[in-house]
Amino acid sequence: MSSSSSVSSPRPRRVALFVTCLVDLFRPSVGFAAIKLLEDAGCTVEVPPLQVCCGQPAYNSGDRASARAIAAQVIDAFEGFEAVVAPSGSCAGMLAHHYPGLFDDDPPMKARAENLAGRSHELVSFLVDVLAVKSVVARHDGTVTYHDSCSGLRELGVKDQPRRLLESVQGLRLTEMKTPEVCCGFGGTFCVKYPEISNAMVAEKSADIAQSGADTLLAGDLGCLMNMAGKLQRLGSPVRVRHVAEVLADMAGLAAIGEPEAKR
Amino acid sequence: MQSTAHDFKHNVDDALADPNLQDSLSKLKVGFSERRRQAAERLPEFEALRDAARDIKNHALANLDFYLEEFERKVAGLGGHVHWAPTAADARRIIADLCRSVGAKTVAKSKSMVSEEIALNDHLEALGIAPIETDLGEYIIQLRHEPPSHIIAPAVHLTKDQVADTFLEHHRALGFTKRLTERNDLVAEARHVLREKFLKADVGLTGANFLVAETGSSMLVTNEGNADLSNTLPRMHIVLASIEKVIPTLEDAAVLLRVLARSATGQESSSYTTLNTGPKRPDDLDGPSQYHVVILDNGRSSVLGTKMQDMLRCIRCGACMNHCPVYGAIGGHAYGWVYPGPIGAVLTPQLIGVEEAGNLPNASTFCGRCESVCPVRIPLPNLMRHWREREFERHLTPRAVRQGLALWSFAAHRPKLYRRLSGLANRLLALFGRAHGHYRTLPLAGGWTRFRDLPAPPAGGTFHAQWARHGGARTRP
Repeated sequence: MSSSSSVSSPRPRRVALFVTCLVDLFRPSVGFAAIKLLEDAGCTVEVPPLQVCCGQPAYNSGDRASARAIAAQVIDAFEGFEAVVAPSGSCAGMLAHHYPGLFDDDPPMKARAENLAGRSHELVSFLVDVLAVKSVVARHDGTVTYHDSCSGLRELGVKDQPRRLLESVQGLRLTEMKTPEVCCGFGGTFCVKYPEISNAMVAEKSADIAQSGADTLLAGDLGCLMNMAGKLQRLGSPVRVRHVAEVLADMAGLAAIGEPEAKR
Repeated sequence: MQSTAHDFKHNVDDALADPNLQDSLSKLKVGFSERRRQAAERLPEFEALRDAARDIKNHALANLDFYLEEFERKVAGLGGHVHWAPTAADARRIIADLCRSVGAKTVAKSKSMVSEEIALNDHLEALGIAPIETDLGEYIIQLRHEPPSHIIAPAVHLTKDQVADTFLEHHRALGFTKRLTERNDLVAEARHVLREKFLKADVGLTGANFLVAETGSSMLVTNEGNADLSNTLPRMHIVLASIEKVIPTLEDAAVLLRVLARSATGQESSSYTTLNTGPKRPDDLDGPSQYHVVILDNGRSSVLGTKMQDMLRCIRCGACMNHCPVYGAIGGHAYGWVYPGPIGAVLTPQLIGVEEAGNLPNASTFCGRCESVCPVRIPLPNLMRHWREREFERHLTPRAVRQGLALWSFAAHRPKLYRRLSGLANRLLALFGRAHGHYRTLPLAGGWTRFRDLPAPPAGGTFHAQWARHGGARTRP
């Protein structure tokens, strides 16, 4: 299947995929969905092997030295690519907005961090805003609701892009929650450092999801998705949870997040 | 007031278990943010005004000494007095001395967060001077001996029924023996009781939203008009404000007012905006014969010129807490001191120490909604992160977090080792989670599984293992 839109540049773009540690460990299909979407849009996709994590666990815990060392490693791993694309607004936001500030006292590294920042993108906004993808060829029968993950929304302006592409998915109907822009309570280490507050937040989010009437919840960040999927399952909710890239790449035949795989 | 910020986690448990609080918070979360959104939408230049407001405050902070001295000179020229209070204790002493100089028995107070910061009421009461809160919300919580839970809506944690019970209990002796159920009746009863007190007060004490250097004026906004009675009826008016409230000109005040009310309550402007410029002049019909401005530092000047200076731009609109999902879950009292919500998480460690208030800047998902609505664009998540860095440097971060981070960081610096470990974790999680697709409990993951299931990865290995198997992995250019 290929994207129905034409890509502005005839030359395939050489794009590096930043897989993200959660996708690597918990949901590899999101990485493959991202590769498919990028290739359909005319990109050549590579996966630099030295990547691990963007460093947010250290950065947001106040461990600046570790965050810096990991950032330097990421900057090395993604040197030379036209674009670095992550299926996560949170990790892409870390590269695009927070890396340069880690090197305020090291001008050569700061310049490299700024260079990487300028090339770093969240997957769906890269498809829509940079590659001018207007539609996808995919089918998903049912009603979905879309949660705007915080970093993607507020750091990178990811809001309409996923909704625009979802409109082109056959059989899919989008229904909005009352407050799709309110945090789900994940917050990285926050959810285990302050589990009671996190629980109150994700319980409220779950009620909003249920109230939307959707049978499927989508978002662009696996951390948020695992948090919401885990809460919905604990509550016995029938709502299924998937990464938006899986639906856009027509890979929604897979078991949803936290569901058992079909017996073979 | 006595801080309980060190007991944050316990405070959180109490807050989450309080049905009245949760009922009140559910209303606050929708109301304030929706009204602010509509107000911002109605004003096409709102975003440009936020930039202008930020720039005005930055300019004032960069030239703070100049504008404070200019303000002092103007106030002196009008026949008023400026008193400098380096610490909370200094401010309490200055105010107590002023009250005693006129033999004051009662002080009519309009809402002042700085007076909470310096615990003024307790101090005055100990000296036999009765402080009377005249803002309705402040009056309610004064009756209940509670601190404010929000900087502009101090009694927002209470339901109408709780207020009705409180009034019945305290107003019965004044002849109000009926338990009221209508909001307007409650307000009318409070007005009646408070009006008497205004007329008897010896001193009026107000806060200030802005101190205008150009004119020596203190500017105050309210929706109840209580400040106007506090500062015109008694013979002495004391303004209590902190150093960062000074701005250069009335023109600047006009810009800040345009973002203040819209951000706070969604109003275009508050019902009352009052400028106090010196004591009563010979031709004035009324006003105080003495006008004093007490300006408090209390640790603020030490952040000038540092990365943390941005916190001093705050104009106390409350938008950050109105939009904060953490505040929305736990309310203001759980923060344990005077200033709750995101701005509290940034200010409190500065004002009472990060050892005491270290939990506050950590209890945030960094969702960024606070920064996205702040009228003066304070980078609140970044400032919270700065505190986390200070805590980490000083080994105040909990040991379990430090050890976990050290292990994770060791592996994250070694991609090959990391791949082996993540491959192993992935296989184990997939294997034992195969039957259900998720875990209801998991050793070492109690923080997660106490409230939610943990999704298991599907079989087949990590992404990187699968990619390598597909022969996809290419070396870097």
